[in-house]
Order: sequence, then structure tokens, then C-alpha cells
Amino acid sequence: MDVILFTFFALVAIVGAVSLVLQKHPISSALSLVSVMVALSVLFLLLGAEFIAAAQLVVYSGAIMVLFVFVIMLLNAGAERESRKGGLAQFLGLPLTAILLVFASYVITQSMSNAKAVKFGAFTGGGPREVGWELFTRYLLPFEVTSILILIAIAGAVVLARKEID
Amino acid sequence: MTHLLPPEFFTATVPLNAYLILSAILFAIGACGFMFRKNIITIYMCIELMLNAVNLSFVTFSYQFGKVDGQIYSFFVMVVAAAEAAVGLAIILTIFRNRGTLQIDEIDTLKN
Repeated sequence: MDVILFTFFALVAIVGAVSLVLQKHPISSALSLVSVMVALSVLFLLLGAEFIAAAQLVVYSGAIMVLFVFVIMLLNAGAERESRKGGLAQFLGLPLTAILLVFASYVITQSMSNAKAVKFGAFTGGGPREVGWELFTRYLLPFEVTSILILIAIAGAVVLARKEID
Repeated sequence: MTHLLPPEFFTATVPLNAYLILSAILFAIGACGFMFRKNIITIYMCIELMLNAVNLSFVTFSYQFGKVDGQIYSFFVMVVAAAEAAVGLAIILTIFRNRGTLQIDEIDTLKN
């Protein structure tokens, strides 16, 4: 059952990611990204990360993607035009990415040869209770710094996006 | 349905490397999109895809070590991504208001 679920949702994620890159219209890309995020949230659940799976659905595919779709609609963004002004990335991009991927896969298979097999339900330390406990004890300072970061982000977004009033 | 399939089918497990390689594949696809696309919003979404791929790695290692720390890090990545999306989309709005375009190769004032 684990194998079926992993294979299905991994394929959904990869197809969605390829579709995100290949679609010409931003709104199609946004919907592909939502499918990738939902598939990833199921994979998080398979890895025992219940809280992160829920946060992925709520924060990413809920809040952030709605923001993206809002901006796409607000700017009335159409399909992008073809342009050949790519420069170096146009020629070197694909080979270099392929090299990165092959190298990363090689390193993973070499260094992780004694890795555990993933079995659903084997790791139960990812619920809201455990995550919250760690977050408010050992990671309290980073958590508070994060709240300041979000405050700055709110102020920055308001300042950047407001209309100039003389 | 249960008696039609061999029992090993339901107990088979996925190697941890499969998750890590999936994460690498998603990251590579996101990097490709970042380099080849010309629409500033799509490029932004490719960055989000790369962040998601890294999150998958964090959660996978959290499983490997049996600790919750990796999940905390991926939680922080999510929070930073949310802040980044808010500021970045505000920047995109400002660029569009000033330039009237979303094509990144038409926004090249610093180059000249």
C-alpha cells in the first residue's frame, strides 16, 4: 500500500512540476503548483509528519497560492511571449541541471545505503503535540524571531503596494 | 480485493532514497523553470516549488533520525516562504505599475 501511494503521488508531483514549467499561462502554472503541493502533503503524511502535512495544505496551497492567483487576476496577466534573449542560461541551463540531478542522485544512493525503509505509521513523533512542544521549548527564540520577520513582511508589503498619495 | 493480491504487496516499504531523489527531481525542475521562464510570476512559483522540494528533504531526514527537528525546520521554511510571497508579490505589483510589463527581459534598466 505504501508503494502504491508513494508512486501515485510522486508521479502527480513530478507531472505537476513539469506542467508548471511548460504551461504558457500563469494561472495554469498556479493550478499545477497547487497539485504539486497537495501531492507533497500526502507524502509528508506518509513520512509521519501530520502537522507539517496540514500546514502545507493550509499555508501553502491555501494562503500562498490564493495570494498568487489574486495577483495574477489583479494584473490581468496573459500568456507569456516567446523571446530568445535568454543568453547563457538558454544553452547551459538544461545540461547543468541534468548534471546537478545525476550528481545529487549519485551522492544520495552512495551515502544513504543504510537508510531505513519508510513504513507508514512507524514514526509517530510528528503530531501537533510533539511539534508544538519542540517549537515552544528548544526553538522558542527562532519562533519569536520569525514573528518579527512576519511583522516586517507585513509592513514591507503595505509600504510597497500602496498607492502614492501626494 | 485483499485476497486477490499477495500479502507482501501490502507490507512492502518504500526506500528512503526514493523520497530524497524525488526531492532532487522537483528541485531540478524548479531550477529549470527559474532559468527558462520569462514571466516574473511563473519564476516566483518555480522558487516556491524549489522550497517545497527542500521541505520534502527535511521531513525525510526527520523520519530517518526519528526526531522532529527536521519538521520544525520545514515549518520555518514555510513561514519564511509566506513572508517572502507577501513582499515579493508587492514588488511585482510595483514593477507592473511602473513598467506595465511582467516580462523579465523588458525590465533591464540596471543592465544599460
